[in-house]
Amino acid sequence: MSVATKSPSLVRAAARAPRRLRWALLVIGLAIALWLPNGLYPAVAVDMLCWALFAVAVDLLLGYTGLLSFGHAAFWGTSAYATGLVAIHLGVPFPVAVLSGALVAAVLAVPIGYLAVRRTGIYFAMVTLAFAQMIYYIANNRRGLTGGENGLQSVPRELFGLDLTDAYYFYYAALPVVLLGLWAAWRIVNSPFGRVLVGIRDNPARARALGYPVHRYKLLAFVLSAFIAGLGGGLFAMAHRFVTLDTLHWTTSGKAVVMVVLGGIGTLWGGVLGAGLLVRLEDWLSFSGFEAVGLVTGGLFVVVVLVFRRGLWGTAAELLRRRSGLRRVRGGEQG
Amino acid sequence: MSSFLQHTFDGLVSGAFLALLALGLAVIFGMLRVVNFAHGAFYMLGAVGTYLLLTEFGVPFWWALLIVPVVLGALGMGVERAFVHRLARLDPLYNFLLTFGLTLVLQDLVKLRYGTQSSPYATPSALDATVDFGLFDFPAYRVFVLAFAVVACVAVWWLLGHTRVGMVVRAATEHPELSRALGIDVGRWVTPVFGFGIALAGVAGVLAAPMRAVNPLMGADLVIVVFAVVVIGGLGSIFGSVAAGFGIGLVQAWGESYLDRWPIVAQTSVFVIMAVVLLWRPAGLFGREEAPA
Repeated sequence: MSVATKSPSLVRAAARAPRRLRWALLVIGLAIALWLPNGLYPAVAVDMLCWALFAVAVDLLLGYTGLLSFGHAAFWGTSAYATGLVAIHLGVPFPVAVLSGALVAAVLAVPIGYLAVRRTGIYFAMVTLAFAQMIYYIANNRRGLTGGENGLQSVPRELFGLDLTDAYYFYYAALPVVLLGLWAAWRIVNSPFGRVLVGIRDNPARARALGYPVHRYKLLAFVLSAFIAGLGGGLFAMAHRFVTLDTLHWTTSGKAVVMVVLGGIGTLWGGVLGAGLLVRLEDWLSFSGFEAVGLVTGGLFVVVVLVFRRGLWGTAAELLRRRSGLRRVRGGEQG
Repeated sequence: MSSFLQHTFDGLVSGAFLALLALGLAVIFGMLRVVNFAHGAFYMLGAVGTYLLLTEFGVPFWWALLIVPVVLGALGMGVERAFVHRLARLDPLYNFLLTFGLTLVLQDLVKLRYGTQSSPYATPSALDATVDFGLFDFPAYRVFVLAFAVVACVAVWWLLGHTRVGMVVRAATEHPELSRALGIDVGRWVTPVFGFGIALAGVAGVLAAPMRAVNPLMGADLVIVVFAVVVIGGLGSIFGSVAAGFGIGLVQAWGESYLDRWPIVAQTSVFVIMAVVLLWRPAGLFGREEAPA
């Protein structure tokens, strides 16, 4: 028996909200996404989009496959570098550069995932962390390609001759790519493939007994997750127009995990929420001149893990379920 | 030949740090099933503490070698009681996440108070010499580090294998339910064992102070190498963790000196070895297969 299945599972089966509520949430979410750069500093809004993709990618693995990847910065950062290099050397429109970056990340995920899915639980986290650190060292070493500690600079941001230097306009140019990525994650989770992943998460032995090639399913989930994280990383490179080694560091992987736990593991949209909040918090901290961002995010994370493990979205869903459950009970009494 | 011996010795010394850290990680994992992400941060606290004891209170190295591990052990026990314990019944991943958050907090606390610059720490005067081994000489301090680490590892192995305390801990590790049924108070040992593992990280930190740059981030990347080391050795195996620690130290030192044109080889060797071990023996060289996943 694996370590993970000995104790209560990391995730609970998510309750499905009623249909009308789901449509309402979708409309509200889209409205917020369209309004965001008007209410916030647009560059911060763009960061939220990028990190939202990253967090959703991590949740796809953690929440729906039961695998905690602590090395997703490898894919985020690799895609950021690849996107930057493609944009610099080929001068293609930015969505093409981002897509090719994400593809490179997905290709990198094949060997790493192949090795990592041989272990589960805590080992999986350590192994992914270690491989990501290896990528970090390699990037640091290949200065000719990545610029080493100086980073990759002046990445062009091009889209059919449109002027996208203003972050406000870039936000709206990037939004379709982000929505596409989020839609893809949602499609994956709600597909027969996604159901099998959840089955594997809850009971790998049973999934295998039913004839599912567990390793191959996990590997495919890993690669898809890396691709979505890569979309986020590529956009991040475009948004900042330079790429640094930080994008590959384990603190970056950790940040995405913090977002997912804050929003709620296994809720998909919770990751978007967590990303938005954390980016806003960090922006506010750096704006007010507070240097120890890690102190706040780390402390917040400790508190969330200790007493708020369902996360924001998970807690909201639970409250909703309890309320509707109560109503059903009351209705039953009356009838 | 003499240069080969020199590199080998250097490798054993840096392996000693990896072994001490891996040992603490393995001891904690064995008892609590918790992988302590903050292990590198506690190692850093050990070195910073040694430095502060000298600069703020004038306490010399030898006293630091006693005081720092005791204080950190106590701190570790406090952390176990206050945080880790509360998540003991949940998936061990939660404690991994918790200690990750703790790492960020500890690093930033030190950074906030003392800045990010590295501080030099003088080698203790009694060891500020070289030892002549005939073919080559060595800084006496490094000889001491190696000897101390080997003695510490052997002592822990003896403690676990040949004393009553060790017997109880091993029983509690391998069969917690059965041990409880036989009247052993398993819960009583969890906190001290966690503190002991942290104290080992503290020892490594003290030993590192005169050799390595003391700064808030000195444990940040090291802990990941140690993770790779315990995956190679087999996380549940005390012997495997120590052996892998020394082994990786050797490989890195040889890589650095013989392939010095490609520094990347030495830096990434540990991860490449980890990949090979995962292919060949997923449970680690000395680990037992826990579960067909």
